[in-house]
Amino acid sequence: MSAVAEPFAVATRRSSASRVFAFVRRHILTLYALLAFTYLLVPVAVVVMFSFNNPAGRFNYTWQGFTFDNWVHWDAIPGLRSAVEVSLEIAAISSVSATILGTLIALALVRYGFRGRGATNFLIFLPMSTPEIVLGASLLTLFLAMNVATGFWTIVIAHVMFNISYVVVTVKARLVGFDRHLEEAAMDLGANEWTTFTRVTLPLIAPGILSALLLAFALSVDDFVITNFNAGTTVTFPLFVWGAARAAVFPQINVVGTAIFAVAMLVMLLNVVFQTRRARRLKNI
Amino acid sequence: MSFLVRNRRLTPYLLLGPGLAWLILFFLAPLGFLGHQSLETQNPLDLTYTFQWAWHNYADAITGYHTQLVRSFEYAGLATLLALFISYPLAYWIAFRGGRWKNALLLCIVGPFFVTYLIRTLAWETILADNGFVADRLRDLHLLGANDRLLATTTAVVAGITYNFLPFMALPLYVSLEQIDQRLVSAAQDLYANKAWAFLRVTLPLSLPGIFAGTLLTFIPAAGDFINAQLLGTPNQAMIGNVIQSKFLELTDYPAAAALSFILMVTILVLVGIYARALGTEKLTG
Repeated sequence: MSAVAEPFAVATRRSSASRVFAFVRRHILTLYALLAFTYLLVPVAVVVMFSFNNPAGRFNYTWQGFTFDNWVHWDAIPGLRSAVEVSLEIAAISSVSATILGTLIALALVRYGFRGRGATNFLIFLPMSTPEIVLGASLLTLFLAMNVATGFWTIVIAHVMFNISYVVVTVKARLVGFDRHLEEAAMDLGANEWTTFTRVTLPLIAPGILSALLLAFALSVDDFVITNFNAGTTVTFPLFVWGAARAAVFPQINVVGTAIFAVAMLVMLLNVVFQTRRARRLKNI
Repeated sequence: MSFLVRNRRLTPYLLLGPGLAWLILFFLAPLGFLGHQSLETQNPLDLTYTFQWAWHNYADAITGYHTQLVRSFEYAGLATLLALFISYPLAYWIAFRGGRWKNALLLCIVGPFFVTYLIRTLAWETILADNGFVADRLRDLHLLGANDRLLATTTAVVAGITYNFLPFMALPLYVSLEQIDQRLVSAAQDLYANKAWAFLRVTLPLSLPGIFAGTLLTFIPAAGDFINAQLLGTPNQAMIGNVIQSKFLELTDYPAAAALSFILMVTILVLVGIYARALGTEKLTG
């Protein structure tokens, strides 16, 4: 009897093993994706976690205990508050300027045929394919040669410069998928070019412009390399972090980092919700 | 505005004017100044600079720093490949299996990008620290010797670069994969291609524009990066960016720094040109 039972048992074991194998095979992509997400999100979790750390020494590297102190006294570190304020001011000025300049370029590129289109496209593409360190260094040589003292406004100039290309690309993507018939309809109904632009074109490309503005703001707040070259004695938040990283890493830095992250995620979520609603509304019309 | 209507041919130039002027003044002109600076020599006595077509600056820069130059492109190439192998299956999974969670999953990819660059690199410093959680566990498991380090190694620097530029790889890949019409894959399978063959002959070629954009967007900033080498490495991992930044901001050896910047930029442009030709993506991206 056992001679018969034996192969039977082996067969079931093998089939359960092959079932496990089949499961892994079917879900290997999912497992891989989960691993990749872990890799992406663990450092973010570390940043958030260590903003609640109660560090023993100057360095915030090992977990000591949970506290809200760093959040309550986030500006207890001298210079941190003003660095954050400077960063936000620069980001506001430079993102609005870059969005205006970039949107105008995008409109020209998509709407009009003109001589020098290719060259313009190339000039837009070039800053994005130049390493940041070269952008920062070359701008510094300009300011040195012109005897311009570096500081707040040279940072603004630099940020507008590297943001224009990103704005053009973002707004262009929105304009390309745009139905020109809507404008023609407005003109047929007696609207002049300006009215058509403000009442039809602008509302339709507004989401693209808004995304571009938010992207430019985020890139400005985050930038270290180019700013480092053109800051003079002005200290932005990333420059403050850089200075601190050599001497002492305060948990307050993680607090600000977490806050920036949280605001960005909130804005992105709102954007997704808003776009979905808008799409639904447009579908109902 | 009526002015614009009357001069329709002028309109595009008026729209372009301010933005392009900005780019010419603060992007193109500085490159000219950088080039000029790279051909100057420094007077050792009064530390002034004189322009004299000093092409030897370039030769000196290459002989002095070819190690860092080569290392930069090695690290950048390695990080780009790693980012591609991590991102492709991830982007594929989100595009084809993400269902209604697609946007939320994309947010997880973009998320780390919104943690300030320096702070997320410092987070890696925390994770890999000598007495940190990971190093301790690895020592418990005898995977790491008592005196071995995770931090201050080539692996740490390359992992940091890969991490920091991963969204630039994953997003273009996702966009190109998402656009693929699944009926093409079904058609290939109806014509007796197995899954792997259908992937190789249909999905992969159609995602080529994404691969092209993603690898460029990762490789270019990676080659010029110096933050990862600075925070996660030692002088043995110094990249060309570290040299340029210290020569510019600490040693004020402007001509050498300018020459190195130009070498970096031109090498990248040449590599990108070769790459574009090899992949033949010019036709694809039009």
